[in-house]
This record gives sequence, structure tokens and C-alpha cells, in this order.
Amino acid sequence: MRAALTLAALGAVLCGALGASAQEPDPTPRPPISGYDYMARATQELQDDDFVNPGFFAIDRGRRLWSEPAGASGAACADCHGAEGEGLVGAAARLPAVDPQTGALMNLEGHINDCRESRMNAEPYVYESEDLLALTAYVSHLSRGVPVAVAVDGPAAPFFEQGRALFFERRGQLDLSCTQCHDARAGQMLRGDRISQGHVNGFPIYRLKWFAMGSRHRMFEWCNTSLRAEPFAPGSPEYLALELYVAWRGNGLPIETPAVRR
Amino acid sequence: MPEPLTAEPGNPERGRLVVRDLGAASCLICHAMPIPEEPDHGDIGPPLHGVGARFTPAELRQRLVDPKAIDPDTVMPSYYQLEGLRDVLGRFVGRTIYTAQQIEDVVAYLATLTEDP
Repeated sequence: MRAALTLAALGAVLCGALGASAQEPDPTPRPPISGYDYMARATQELQDDDFVNPGFFAIDRGRRLWSEPAGASGAACADCHGAEGEGLVGAAARLPAVDPQTGALMNLEGHINDCRESRMNAEPYVYESEDLLALTAYVSHLSRGVPVAVAVDGPAAPFFEQGRALFFERRGQLDLSCTQCHDARAGQMLRGDRISQGHVNGFPIYRLKWFAMGSRHRMFEWCNTSLRAEPFAPGSPEYLALELYVAWRGNGLPIETPAVRR
Repeated sequence: MPEPLTAEPGNPERGRLVVRDLGAASCLICHAMPIPEEPDHGDIGPPLHGVGARFTPAELRQRLVDPKAIDPDTVMPSYYQLEGLRDVLGRFVGRTIYTAQQIEDVVAYLATLTEDP
């Protein structure tokens, strides 16, 4: 009897430690498939050629901002991180991540603005502004080909759990969750659009539907609004946590920035 | 769900227009239908050819109004239901996806789809 109780208690502890995945199998498709593979050939060709890929307008702008002195410090990104950004190669593949100093979860946009405020004495960029998109595109592009490798253990674990809960939550008038389309129905057709697995390894992306670049959080916002659900704000704790979970789903996929999507 | 939602009987011609309306959560987003003039039908749900022969109007109404009563895990939205939703976008709060008359019109149209492809 006592042994049975101990076993039951041990089982409960194990289940708790493994979270939801202990009760139900994790539906995340493995290995992950990039959104690129779900695009029409014409869209892929637009991404493949750096001279026609419209995302490179943002990258050129980002490269210019990179070496421009900003704020009261008179310093440029290039002064600390290298004239060609060599100090940040691979950085975008590991974000979002928990900042060891503050314990906050930070994505690339957050790091750029934190640097501007605390080191350059410059105004932070508005989320989704052309300048912030340009710099995130430039810095992400430095990691092109580097496999996504975000950490979700240790201090990141609570953010990861929050993001996972959001991914599985049915929301909006259409009452749908992210997982219902991007885990269970990737490859199927919504009208003329093939549903992808919803990875973020190509962001910021040039999206044909927008005629513009957009961040990961803009895409979350677009998806939520399409479900007729109230979106969270770009840069909000909810979207940061969701970004961590979604980035983790695509661990191993190479960074493609600037990806072109429909 | 045998009782119609409206006194006015459903109009199948109007129903055919409703299901094509892309601004109104069109059936075509997820289902193939015998509507050849529209391209790119979705394949999330089953094709709706012959659905009028497989289900009675009462059963069709149930599947439109609240399909989750039949299968709680379905991705098919409830087209005439305000309960159990969370974080609905402002301009849709307090509104069902279809009006009662649109439900009746769509039921009447689906009932005419008696032939398999």
C-alpha cells in the first residue's frame, strides 16, 4: 500500500515536471518545415534572388542606420558590434531570451531599443516603425543560415509555458487556436492559401499581402485579427512569450531573413 | 434543431450568395462546394457536395448554429452562438457570425445540394 502510494506520488511529480506534454503528446510537427516550403514557386523565387527580394530595401536601410551615430552618446551600433555586424552573427537565432540582469524576456526589437535607451541615450524606436524593421532585418540577416536555437529551460521556462498556453488557447469569434491550424492542419488549404507550420525563422518578412515588411508580432496580430480576436499589442508580454514558444517550435530551422511570404 | 430560427422561410438563392461572401467567413474558406465560378476552395472540412442528401435541414441547422454540440474539438466555428467565446474583437462583440435569417438561407441552400460531385 505504502509502495503504491509512493509510486502514485512519484508519478504525479513526474507529470508535473513534464507539464502538459506528460498528459497529451506534443503535436508540434517534427522535423519543422519552413514557411518557404509552403509558398508558390514564384514567391520562393522572389526570396531566392537577393537582387529582386524586396526585403533587401529594409536591409540596406538597416545597414545605413547601423553605422549612423544616434542619440546623445554619438555612438553607432557599429562602434560596439563591428562595422559589418560581425559581433552579432548568430545572435538573432537565439532570441527571444531571458536577460540575465533583469530577468525579462527580450526579443531583438527589445534589445535594439534597450541599447538605444541605456547606452546610446537615444529615443527607442516605435514598434513596427520602418527604422526598427530595418535594423531587425539587418541584424537578423547577419544570422542567415544559422539554425534557430532558443533556450526554453531555466529562467525561460515560465515564459515558455505562458507562450505554449497562448498557442493552445481558442480565441475570437471564430474560436480557433494557433495549434489547430499550424500543428494539425499545416499543408491544407484555406481558400488559395496553404497553411504553414507558422515558423518565424524568416522574420522580419516581406509580405506580399502587406506590400511591406512586418515583424513577428505584426504577424501574430494579423492572425489574431483574422480569427476576429482582440490582438495583444506588439511588444506585449503575451506576444513575447508566444514568440518564444513559436521560435522554439522551429529550433533547427535556418534563419532566412529576409523571407518573402504571400 | 428542427425549429427554424426565423418566421421567414430560408431562401436558397440568397443562401448561395451568403456562403460565397468572402467578408463573412465564407464556407469556401474551408469547404469545396459546387460553386464553379469561385476559384480556390479550401480543404479543411469535407466537401459539401451532396450534403443536402446526407443531412436533414434540422441536422444542417445544428451543424451551422453550434457544431461543437456534436464535436467539441471541431474547428468549424459556431455561426449562431455567443456563448463560450473569449477575447472577441471589438466590432464583433455581441454579434453572431451569421444572422438568424442568414442561417435559414444557408440551410435552405445546403438542402439543395443533393448530388455528389
